[in-house]
Amino acid sequence: MSGLYFDVAHLLAGGLVLMSFTLLYQDRLSALVNVFALHALVLAMAVAWQAYVQDAPHLYVTAVIALAFKAIVIPLALRRIIRRLGIHREIETAVGVGPAMLAGIGLVALSMVVMLRVTEEADRLAREDLAFALSVVLLGLLMMVTRRNAVSQVIGFMSLENGLILAAAGAKGMPLVVEISVAFSVLIAFIVIGVFLFRIRERFETIDVEALDRFREARE
Amino acid sequence: MTLFGLNAIHAVLLIPALAAAVLALLPGYRLSARINTAAALATFAAAVSLFFQRPPVGNYLQVDDLSVVFIVLGAFVGFTTSLFSASYIAHEVETGRLTPVRLRFYHAMYQVLMFGMNLALVSNNLGVMWVAIELATLTTVAMVGIYRTHEAIEAAWKYFILGSVGIALALFGTILVYVAAEPVVGQGLQGMVWTVLMTKVAAFDPALLNVAFVFLLLGYGTKVGLAPLHAWLPDAHAEGPTPISAVLSGLLLNVALYAVLRFKMLLAANHAALAPGPLLVTMGLVSLVFAGFMLYRRRDIKRMFAYSSIEHMGIIAFAFGMGGPLANFAGLLHMTMHSLTKSGIFFTVGHIAQVKESQRIADIRGLTVTHPILGWSLVAGVLAIAGLPPFGIFTSEFLVITSTFARQPLLAAPLVFGILVAFGALLLRLQGLAFGEPSPGTAGTKASYLPMIAHFGLVLAAGIYFPPLLTGWFQHVARLLG
Repeated sequence: MSGLYFDVAHLLAGGLVLMSFTLLYQDRLSALVNVFALHALVLAMAVAWQAYVQDAPHLYVTAVIALAFKAIVIPLALRRIIRRLGIHREIETAVGVGPAMLAGIGLVALSMVVMLRVTEEADRLAREDLAFALSVVLLGLLMMVTRRNAVSQVIGFMSLENGLILAAAGAKGMPLVVEISVAFSVLIAFIVIGVFLFRIRERFETIDVEALDRFREARE
Repeated sequence: MTLFGLNAIHAVLLIPALAAAVLALLPGYRLSARINTAAALATFAAAVSLFFQRPPVGNYLQVDDLSVVFIVLGAFVGFTTSLFSASYIAHEVETGRLTPVRLRFYHAMYQVLMFGMNLALVSNNLGVMWVAIELATLTTVAMVGIYRTHEAIEAAWKYFILGSVGIALALFGTILVYVAAEPVVGQGLQGMVWTVLMTKVAAFDPALLNVAFVFLLLGYGTKVGLAPLHAWLPDAHAEGPTPISAVLSGLLLNVALYAVLRFKMLLAANHAALAPGPLLVTMGLVSLVFAGFMLYRRRDIKRMFAYSSIEHMGIIAFAFGMGGPLANFAGLLHMTMHSLTKSGIFFTVGHIAQVKESQRIADIRGLTVTHPILGWSLVAGVLAIAGLPPFGIFTSEFLVITSTFARQPLLAAPLVFGILVAFGALLLRLQGLAFGEPSPGTAGTKASYLPMIAHFGLVLAAGIYFPPLLTGWFQHVARLLG
């Protein structure tokens, strides 16, 4: 593996982690959607680079899915939903931006420590890719925990899933990557956009998850 | 048995898939319900034939002695639930809770769910298994939300969020297993095939396998409903249609458990990797004791039995975590008995909630007076699930406890404590539900009693006489599990 290949892969995977951090501190929904589109774009580039480096043409399919579906279709749909619901105001975060960023840094450090230590024998590129991917996954989880709003939770989930696709693409010759990314896209498209948001919109004045909790308390 | 080059594995996959396509197009719930039942019966027949003849092992699909137990049990509960579903749904249509369009969706989804679960069980490939479990999650999320009430949407949302995080973590674990396998097995498809991995796992990097297992346990453990990842389970059980509660408890939890067991076997075959047992034992005990206490505070009958499912999954995880032929045998037996009993209880509860028009425990009293068959079935079911003799759960719980006493007496204490706590809660609630002054709601039912009586009858029969053929089979599988 020559230096350039490695550096570019490194740059793109690191860029994805950076985008995850950017997602963490967005406090407006429309900005959050824009950053997510960038997140997906960086993922598409990272996967395409892996396809080129590994000479694995099927990964190009995954890259195209990431680009077309997650960087273009989903953000457009989300923007429509946000506009229709009239919730392009501020996001309430359960945790402030400062603590969230600090927790994020801690999580990245944790994933570096865990992954780099256990993968000493693995291929150098795959190794760092996995460490970055775990960081993205954990940051996505953090975002899902710190946000109360349904749309931002979904975005958190999608960024988490981007980390998984990065890991799958980085694992050399892993089979079924395309199938898995399609399955994820189906999961997102089907449930999130189609069913849930519309149903929640249909029944609730707000799609704030806290509103859901209120109904529960009234009952139990 | 091969027809047109299709063997029994293809049959258990193709029958539900085709039935789902047909049911999605057919209007009219009576015909749909019949087709649903017929398809489930055909799937069950195909599953049973797997006992006698094994199709060859492929890179994607295979059936072995472990999975066939899960497949047959699953197909059986799937069939009886479809019978129950037919009469349950008829009532829901009459009362207008379900519209024809949603009903068509419901039936199609039921078969897609069967397809997903069967695919997970017959897969010989980590990736296929993951996709199948994801598919099963997706369909159940859609079905939990089918009533579109506030509560149903909340339950579905919670299930979706937690379930997706679970499957995401499981995928990361799967990728790590592949990364561990790649230097030994080589790149490509072989690195994800169970049968290949099992033969070569001894040479894998143990550190990577350890980390992978933690992710897999957390991921698939969410779907098993082990505490502290169980939060979705009570809501999903309480708010969806009751047939789905029966399928969730009786089947889907088992399928997720099957995935955990597979990875446990994989780790056990690598001597340098961490022992997966203690992790399972801890999670099992926490779930058991936690759910035992939560049972006291429940006011919704379906929610209560959902917590009971968490409790029993805890016992099962505990038994498999202990390992060894006897504890594994007890775990398998307990899983079978729990599936049968719990889905039987949900059949009963489904009809009870329909005649009383409420799921609140406070609104349901004196059932043995107003509805003797339902009332006494509930009594039988609760006694069985609480672990009283002569029902089969008594046998399996007894085996779990004695095998623990023999090896780790200290661990037996919390186990017995948890079981007793749950026992107390269930009997306390049963008192009010079945006896005493009847509550209003004396309408007759057009319930189909056959499925629940069949389930409780089987559990009773297994408690009294367990056929040596099955004992031998379970012992054989228990040894495989290590």
